[in-house]
Amino acid sequence: MSSAMPGRRSLSGARVMLYAVLCVFAVIYLTPLYVMLTTSFKSLEEIHQGNMLALPEQWTVTPWLDAWSGACIGLECNGVHGYFFNSISIVVPAVLISGLLGAFNGYVLTKWRFRGHKIVFGLILFSCFIPFQIVLLPMARVLGILQVANSTTGLVLVHVVYGIGFTTLFFRNFYESFPNELVRAAQLDGAGFFTLFFRILLPSSIPIIVVTVIWQFTNVWNDFLFGVSFSSGDSAPITVALNNLVNSSTGVKAYNVNMAAAMIAAVPTLIVYVLAGKYFLRGLMSGSVKG
Amino acid sequence: MPSSPPRHGEGRGRLQQWLPKLVLAPSFALLLFFVYGFIVWTSYISFTDSGMLPDYTWVGLEQWSKLWRSWTWGIALHNIWVFGLLYIVSCTVLGLLLAILLDQRIRAEGVLRTIYLYPMALSFIVTGTAWQWFLNPGLGLEKTMRELGWESFTFNWLINADMAIYTIVIAAVWQATGFIMAMFLAGLRGIDGEMIKAAQIDGAPTWKIYARIIIPQLRPVFLSAIVVLAHLAIKSFDLVVAMTGGGPGNSTAVPATFMYSYAFSRNEMGIAAASAVFMLAVIAALIVPYLYSELRGGRS
Repeated sequence: MSSAMPGRRSLSGARVMLYAVLCVFAVIYLTPLYVMLTTSFKSLEEIHQGNMLALPEQWTVTPWLDAWSGACIGLECNGVHGYFFNSISIVVPAVLISGLLGAFNGYVLTKWRFRGHKIVFGLILFSCFIPFQIVLLPMARVLGILQVANSTTGLVLVHVVYGIGFTTLFFRNFYESFPNELVRAAQLDGAGFFTLFFRILLPSSIPIIVVTVIWQFTNVWNDFLFGVSFSSGDSAPITVALNNLVNSSTGVKAYNVNMAAAMIAAVPTLIVYVLAGKYFLRGLMSGSVKG
Repeated sequence: MPSSPPRHGEGRGRLQQWLPKLVLAPSFALLLFFVYGFIVWTSYISFTDSGMLPDYTWVGLEQWSKLWRSWTWGIALHNIWVFGLLYIVSCTVLGLLLAILLDQRIRAEGVLRTIYLYPMALSFIVTGTAWQWFLNPGLGLEKTMRELGWESFTFNWLINADMAIYTIVIAAVWQATGFIMAMFLAGLRGIDGEMIKAAQIDGAPTWKIYARIIIPQLRPVFLSAIVVLAHLAIKSFDLVVAMTGGGPGNSTAVPATFMYSYAFSRNEMGIAAASAVFMLAVIAALIVPYLYSELRGGRS
C-alpha cells in the first residue's frame, strides 16, 4: 500500500502533533469501553462514591456472575445466559442459510446470466436498504400464521429473508471478477452447474466468505428491532434481554451488573472484529460493498 | 455466459439451462413475498381503518391526515432532520479527517484503525447502555469532572428535553465514524499518485494538494458514505430506545420509534403503516437513484 503523501519526515514538529491528535482520538474512542469494563468490576458502593474513570479499588467479579446467571429480567432472575444462547441459536443457522443462498445467487447472477438478470439483481439489492418498519406489521402476522411467532425459529426465518440481499451482493460482486475463461474451460471439460460451483468457484471464495460471515454475524447478533418485535419472554435474543435489564428494572439500578451484561452482549462481535477485522476491511475495500 | 455446451445429451442440456433459474428461484420468491408483497400490504393498510387488527375497509387518506396532525410525529420528523444532518456531517468530516491523518505513514496504523473501528462491532443497545451510563448526570461525566476540580461543570443533556437528541448524535457519531474513516482510507489508497507528485514538484503546499487534488477525487466515497449514513440515520431505532427510550417525554422520538409504538403499544395499525410507508418513500427517493447509477455505470 502506498501512502498518498510521500513522507516529509523533516517536519518532526508536525509529526509529533499528528501523533498527538491521533492518540487523543484513540483515547476518546476507548474511554466508553474502558468505563464499561472498570464499572463492571466495581461494587455498587464504590460506583456511588468513587470516580467513574478510576480503576476499581477492590476488583469484584460478582457483577459478571450476577449478569450471567442471577440478574432479574422481567419476572425471572436467571441473568442473561439463556438469552445469550438464544442469540447463538439464531445466528448460526441464519448466517449459514443466508450465506449459502447468497453464494448460489451470486454465482447464477454472474456466470449463468439470463434475460432480466439486472432487474432481478436490482430488486434483490433494494431489499438491503428498505427501512424494516415497512415489514414489521405483515411479518408479525405471517409469523403467527406459520406458528413460529415468539420463537427463535421465527427470528431465523426473518434474518435469512432480510440477509439474502447483502449476501447476494457480496458474492455477486466477488464472482463478477472471477475469470470467465476458467469457467468456460471447466465447462468444456464437462463440468455441470454444481460441479463448477463446488470445484471451481467455491474453493477460491474464502475472502468473500469471511466478509459475508462477519457481516451477517454482527448484523444478526446486534439486531434489536426484529428481536423486540417478534419475540417475547424466553425466546428473546441477548440485545432485547440487555435492554430489558437496563431500562425497565425497578428499584436500585445496578450499574455494575448492567455494564457486565453489556460486555457479555458485546464480547462475541468484538472478538470477531479484533481477530478478523483486517480480512473484513480488506474484503470490503476490494469493492464488495459497492453496488 | 452461454448455457451448457452442446456435446451433452438433449435432456441434460435442458436441465442445465433451467438449473440456474431453479437455484435462484427460492430466494427471489422469498424476497418478492417478504419484501415487495409486504410493502404492498403495508401501503394498503395505511389507507384502511385498521386499528388493533387489520380491517380492510377503505378510508382513503384518513390515517395519513391523522399522522400529519400528530404532535409526536412532528417532533419525530424534526428530530430525524436534526439528528440525520448532524450525524451525516459529523461522521463524514471526522471520518475524512481521521483517514487523512492515518494516511501519513503512521507507525501503528493497524492498531489505531482497530481502535477507531471497534465501536462498529457493537450493538446499538450496548452503545446506548454505555453512553447512558457515561453521560449519567448523577454518577457519570458530570460528577467525574466536578471531582477532578471543575466544580461548575454541568452536563445534563440526557435528562434535558431540549438537548437529549444531541446525546444520541454523540453516541451515534462515536459508533459510525470509524467505518466512514475506513471507506475514506480505502479511497485515499486508490488515488493515482502521479498528479500529486507533479503538484509536489511544483511546490504546492500539502493542504492545497488535499483541497484541490485529493479531496475532489474522493467524490464517489462521499456519495457512498452519505448514502450509508442517511440510511443508518433513518433506521435509527435501537440507539434511541437504549439511550432515552424516546424521552424525556417525547423529546427524542424519531419516526422509527413512533412507528413501533403505534404498531405494538397503541394498536393504531393504520397510522403505523402510514408512517412506515413515509419512511420507505424517503429512503427510496435517496437510494433508487444511487443504485440506478451504480448499476448502470461501471461493471456490466
